[in-house]
Order: sequence, then structure tokens, then C-alpha cells
Amino acid sequence: MSNLTYTRSDFQSDQEVRWCPGCGDYTVLASVQSFMTQMGIPRENIVVVSGIGCAARFPYYMNTYGFHTIHGRAPTIATGLATSRPDLSVWVVTGDGDALSIGGNHLIHALRRNVNIKVLLFNNQIYGLTKGQYSPTSEVGKRTKSTPFGSIDFPFNPVSLAIGSEASFVARTLDMDRNHTQYVLGEAVNHTGSAFIEIYQNCNVFNDKAFIALTGRSERTVNRINLQEGKPIIFGGSGESCVVMEDGEARIKPTASVNPDQILVHDPSRENPSVAFTISRLSHTPHGPTPLGVFRNISRPTYGSEMQQQIVDAQSRGPGDLDELFSSAGTWEVT
Amino acid sequence: MQLAGNRFADTSAAFGNDLFTLPSFPAEIRAPAGTLPGVSSFQIQIADWDISTSGDRPDCLVAMNPAALKTDLADLRQGGTLIVNSEAFDERGLAKAGYEDSPLMDGSLNQYDLIEIPMNTITKEAVADKVSGRSVLRSRNFVALGFLAWLFQRPLEPIITWTENKFAKLPMVVAANLAALRAGYNFGITTETSRSIFQVKPASLPAGVYTSITGNTALAWGLIAASYCAKLPLYYGSYPITPASDILHELARHKRLGVRTFQAEDEIAAIGAVIGASFGGSLAVTGSSGPGVSLKSEAISLALTAELPLVVVNVQRAGPSTGMPTKPEQTDLLFSLFGRHGESPLPVLACATPSDVVETTIEAARIALKYMTPVILLSDNHIANGSEPWRIPAAADLPDISVPFASSPNGAGGRFLPYLRDFNTFSRPWAIPGTKGLEHRIGGLEKENISGDISYNPDNHQLMTDSRAWKVANIANDIPPVEVHGELDANLLVLGWGSSKGTMGAACRNLNREGYKVAYAHLRYLNPLPANLGDVLHSYEKVLIPELNTGQLRYVIRANFLKDAYGLNKVTGTPFYIGEIRDRILEVLES
Repeated sequence: MSNLTYTRSDFQSDQEVRWCPGCGDYTVLASVQSFMTQMGIPRENIVVVSGIGCAARFPYYMNTYGFHTIHGRAPTIATGLATSRPDLSVWVVTGDGDALSIGGNHLIHALRRNVNIKVLLFNNQIYGLTKGQYSPTSEVGKRTKSTPFGSIDFPFNPVSLAIGSEASFVARTLDMDRNHTQYVLGEAVNHTGSAFIEIYQNCNVFNDKAFIALTGRSERTVNRINLQEGKPIIFGGSGESCVVMEDGEARIKPTASVNPDQILVHDPSRENPSVAFTISRLSHTPHGPTPLGVFRNISRPTYGSEMQQQIVDAQSRGPGDLDELFSSAGTWEVT
Repeated sequence: MQLAGNRFADTSAAFGNDLFTLPSFPAEIRAPAGTLPGVSSFQIQIADWDISTSGDRPDCLVAMNPAALKTDLADLRQGGTLIVNSEAFDERGLAKAGYEDSPLMDGSLNQYDLIEIPMNTITKEAVADKVSGRSVLRSRNFVALGFLAWLFQRPLEPIITWTENKFAKLPMVVAANLAALRAGYNFGITTETSRSIFQVKPASLPAGVYTSITGNTALAWGLIAASYCAKLPLYYGSYPITPASDILHELARHKRLGVRTFQAEDEIAAIGAVIGASFGGSLAVTGSSGPGVSLKSEAISLALTAELPLVVVNVQRAGPSTGMPTKPEQTDLLFSLFGRHGESPLPVLACATPSDVVETTIEAARIALKYMTPVILLSDNHIANGSEPWRIPAAADLPDISVPFASSPNGAGGRFLPYLRDFNTFSRPWAIPGTKGLEHRIGGLEKENISGDISYNPDNHQLMTDSRAWKVANIANDIPPVEVHGELDANLLVLGWGSSKGTMGAACRNLNREGYKVAYAHLRYLNPLPANLGDVLHSYEKVLIPELNTGQLRYVIRANFLKDAYGLNKVTGTPFYIGEIRDRILEVLES
């Protein structure tokens, strides 16, 4: 890819990492640092932008350029940076409260514009930094400090939201699975444009074992639906379950009960987002069979390159001239 | 009417008059025609001398319908010339405006020099073979414009050229409008030959090449000029809002000059994007009006503590909340100075007139870049939409405001220290992504002095807070002292800021000519204030501060200098009249 030779330590800053011991963020940090050694992009061209929350401390621990900004607004800052500097590799690290609650508007607009940014949404289904309130991805009925009688908020499915926001790349992975995380990161970096990656991340202090259905030794084999491009969607320890399209929606069936031709073959490059969307609806919260991997990966011009192209096109008729501008509305001379 | 007003302004400028305009229109896009809320007006003062306001009481009023007459007649001076479209004063038109009897018939207009023109008929006859149906009467304003061109002896050529260019794709519209224009002009020649015409000779302005410019266009051009002077690409992020949107529109046209414009999903995203662009090394600017700037407040504090250069434009309008979006006020001064959480001082500059905007904008950018700080640049609705001749500078004569990016480590062992301050300016280095060896992290958490690492150390927070404040206060040594005009040995100093400059100056100059001892000064820099301002204020027994608010600069002056001041304050959605300031000056002189 290039002659850059990095080790993980090249991406570690001199700051002490201060997440709670056992936090899933450590694993994601290690996965990202390891991945970037192989990414083929010079370290000085990488910028990590974050908002507010536990995950938002991420840039301080990366020995790249970094900007820890304000709550929910990281996609806006990243948008300005990526569109003014198309030469940079711009990453947004955010959480479920940051991206989906206070910053929901910015997330959907950055995705629909296809700004060339990679968005890592650490979803732990809880507010960690403010010490344990429910979040927009917490399940209905969740008892927290701010919902002592149980949450009455219906949660977002972040992957569904991203697909509905016209995102050109949408994926989901798990903090504990470093190989899968790095595979998804690789797909995201190879994609030109916005890449949205939901990372299920365990908060062992305020919401421990939220993803046990996907990480527990016994549960994970039956519940992980690994999406692989060009492959029929089959899962379970011995491939006993599969996904088919029926009545206009994706459904889980016993593999033995269907004709193999009926099994849905995964194709993230479909222009129409409908199939990716219905796959995202196989689980609304990760308490049963849940798809992981790349849901959608289509090609669309990026906002930054289109912005740049308009300037290039305009300047192809000759560069602008300030004196000419000042005289453009008609002049008269006083002698 | 805005079109007719602007054409009259342009042809007057081309003729060589000095001029100042005051457009006024409803916030509604197509407010019902002929009703009182639907009245759109355009006031212009032309002169053969250097003027600074759109005038107090017009000498001549054109009322296209009864509603316009009812809304604006009170402004016309006694004995002034009143031109009406007589055919609009029918039963329906009178009813819409709430007249029981026609003011043309009941003698109520006897004190004016009334000229009734059947504009509908003239228009219909003039355009009969060119357009048909409902389009016919659209050219009525050109009849009025043609008549005014005759009455004030304006050349028609600039109007003709503009019309041909503007409607180039619609030749029938060009033909109809020009036919109406000539019909109006000829109506003057043929029917009013005995009437005295107004003769306003060209003004003796300083030599140079001039263009007619509105405040919003000037702000856009000023930003482009600042980007040229700073040798940095311009990135303008904004969300549509009256009356700032025209800055975005103007900038969006100039891609050949490398301008990037970003219409964001909201006000917060607009400033977020420009903070990102600033981090990346652009001249970053966001523009809005009061309600929108409120939404940006949190992000301004981020830029302030991250110490990134940024210009935040606030084209003030009448508030609070939606208020009166198309009317001017100077009510965001205290908001600009204090409207943020935490200890967060930043430089504030205010434009004075359309012709002052380019220079003030470049100055705002200079301060932002040199001191690595957000700067608030105030304009208002009066400046934004008003127009004035502007003497064009040569690009080569503009100041160099460029600052170098950091290119190599500034600490021991090849370490980059993002908060190691410059000895003179207290500014921190600007190291942009892509620079090898200067990888660093910044953010909203308090930073350790020099290293920029996160710090909760009590003494460090005190030091950083003091450093940020000192950095801004020290800019007082890098701006010109406030200049006092008029009678320097006066007892009274009139002090102003922003768009009241012209009116205030005119009132004081008039009184000086009459022998009154009055001095006056105007502030472009509202924070920090000029270093000599305290001494100036204390050298006068009395200080009067006219402002379109309830006393915001007065509050600042009292707080900073323990100097009491008289106020002249109003929030009526209209600029000051010279007469209002004059009356108040005389009152204060006698008190």
C-alpha cells in the first residue's frame, strides 16, 4: 500500500488513558490504533474529531491530529474540516447520546451529504459520563437514575436511522471482536464518502452485559448474523438459521425449512436501501439474533469533492481577480 | 418599489451625486398588495456634498397606492412634492388602506405640492403592443421611475443598460419596461413643463473610482478581500436568516475566487463547520442575525478556548426572538460582549456605513488571525440593505494580514506545544493537520498552559483564564485611538457606534456650523475599547450616547470608566433622524 511503517505505539499519545477499567472503549482504541498502522495514510493526515461523552475522549489518546469539541456537534466540525481539506482522513468518534440525541440532526445531514468522514458510533445504550441516565438506544422499560419506573422512550436502531438518512456506507461491529472491527474499518476506509459504523460497546459500570447476547460464549453462536457480501445469510453454530425475504420483509427461518434458493444473498451494493433496511430490522435491540457487518456500501460523489469541483470548474475559465470583483457592479470615476 | 429605488440610486451615483439609501420592506414575501402591512418603501437622499445618512424627512414622496400614502406621508416635509398614482385611489384601493374618503379629494393634501399621474393608463398605453394580461401593470414602477428621472434630471442610460442586462432572456419585458420608463419621462416633459425641476449637481467626493454598494455585498466582498489579504482560502458557513442571507448569496457566486460556501442544516452546524475549517487552515467565517447567533453561543466559546481564528458576523435586527426581522436595531451589543458561558472575552467590531464595511471586515479578520480568536463583527439591517458610493481600493494597496502556520516543533525533544504563546501577542501557534511532526490535540476541556494537555489544576485554570483575557485586552494596543471630531473644546461629547455614525455626525456638524460647541466620536472597536477612550471621556463634562437600543453602550461606558452619560435611545425599527439627535444634543447642552 505504501512505504509507511508504523507500529501501534506510533498511534498512542503520551496521555494516560482514563476510561474505567474494563471499559469496551479500550478494545476499540486498540483496534483502531492497530488498524491505522496498516491503513497506508500518513499519521499527520489523520484527524479524529469527537463531541462529548466517554467515547469522546478518544482523540486525546490518538497520536494524530485531534479535536475534542462540543456535545453532538462533532459531525459539523468534521464536515467543515473534510470539505475544506479533502486531503485529510477525518474520523468522528461519538456515542449514542452524542450522535443520536443532542447531535441527531448533524448526524443525518452529514450522512445524506456524503461528507468524506468515518463515523464511529460507540453504542453502549446508556449515558456514561453523566453517570447512568438512559439514552436514545436504551430499551423500553430500562430503569436508570432518570427513569426509576422504567424508560418509556422507544429507542432508535442506529443502523436503520443511518440507512434512512441516505448513508452510503453503514456497518455494525462489536468492541470485543477486534478482527471483525478491523475488517469493518477496512471496508469503511476503502469506501469514499461517509461511513457510519455502529460499535456495540460494553459499559461495565452503568450497563454491563448489554450485549451479552452477542458476546456470551454460549449465546453468541446462535445470535450473531454475520453479513458477508455475496453469501447467503445463514447463521447459528451449524448454520441452522437463515434469512429470507417474505411479504416484503426479511425474516429469520430454520434453514432446513426453506429451499436454499430462497435464502437471501447479501448484497450491500444495492442502490435501493430497502433490503439493507429490512435486514437492519431483524433486531431492534441486540437481545436476540442481530446482524453484524456491512449493511450498505454504495458509491456516490462526496460533498467535499463536489464542492471542490465547482471551484475547479469556475476557475477553469480563469482565476478570479479581486480588482475585477470590486468593479463588477458598475463604476464611475470622480476626478 | 425596491427595483425602482435601486435604479434611481444607481443612476444618481453614475451622475456623480453622493447618496445614501434606506430600503424598508415587510418580512412577508408577498404581503397582500395595497394593504398597510404590504407597503414596501425605498428612501434615498442625494446630494452635491458628502452625506452620511438617508435623510430625515424626504422632499419628495412617490405613493403608488393609498396604503403607501397612509404609511409614509407623515415623513414628507411640509410643502414637499407628493407624487401619486391617481388611478390607485379607487374605491377598492381606498378601502384596503382604510380611507373613507379619497385624500386626493378632501383637501387633506393641500399643504403638499401634489402631482397626480394616471400611471395605470400611461403604462397600459405604453406597453400595449408588448405584453398582455396581468403583466401589463407590472411596468408601473418604471413609469414612476421615468417621471422621477425627469423631475431630478437623471440620465436614463444606466437604467436602460441595467434593464437590458437584467431581463436579457425576456426581451418583451425589456421592451415593456423601457417603454414605460420613457412614457413616464415624457409625461414629465409634456405635462409639467411649468414645474420646477430639482437640480442636484454632482458631489465633490474625493477623487477615485466608485461603485454603489450595499452593506451586505460589502461584507461579502470584504471577506473575499480578507481572504486575499490573508492568503488563505475563505470558508463561509451559514444558515439562511434575514437579513444576513444576502452575504451567503453573494459569496456563493464567487467560486472563481476560491470561496467555499456551506449552507448548513442549522446555525450550530454552520459555526461547527467553520470551526472545523479554521482548524484546517481556512479563513473561516459564519454569518447570521441575533436569533441565529444565540444558537452559536456554545460553539463560539469552544473556538475561544481552543483559540482558533474565526469571524462571526451578526447582522442585527429588531428582537428579541423573531422580533421585526426586516427592521434595524443595535440591540446585540451586550449580547456580543457577554453572551457566552464562562469567562469568555472576545474582540467585537461594528461596521458604520455600507462604505465602511469592507475595511472593517478586513480588520476583523486581521485581529482573528493575528490573535487566534473568534471576532464578532456587527452590522445591522440599516447598513446591510442601505447603499452608498464606495471608493474602490486597488487590491495591491490592501494590507497584508497573513500569519504563518507553525511548521516545526517548538518544544524540547521535537515536541510540539500548541499553547506556547507568542511573547508579544499572547497568541498560540496555528498548526494545521497535514503538518508532519506537529500532531496534537485540542478541545473544550481546560488545557495546560504551554503543553495543551488536559488540566484540572486550579492555578492553571486561573492562568489560562487570565491569559485569554489579557490576550484580548492587549489588542487595545494594536488598534487606532478613538478620534474626536467637531469642536474639541466643547463641553459635550457625542459618542456612537455602528450605523448611527452618519446621523450623529451630521447632527453634530450642523450644530457646529451654527456655533454650538459639540464634539463627537464614533467607535469601530467595542472590545477592546480604544486605549485612549477613558481619557477622552473624562475630558468632557457631558457625554451623550445615541443608540438604537435602551442604553447598551452607555452601560459599558459607565462600567468601564465610571463616567456617567446621557442616552438617546429608541427601538422603533427605524434609524435615527438627524433632527432627533440634534434635539437631544440641545436638551443635554441646556441641562
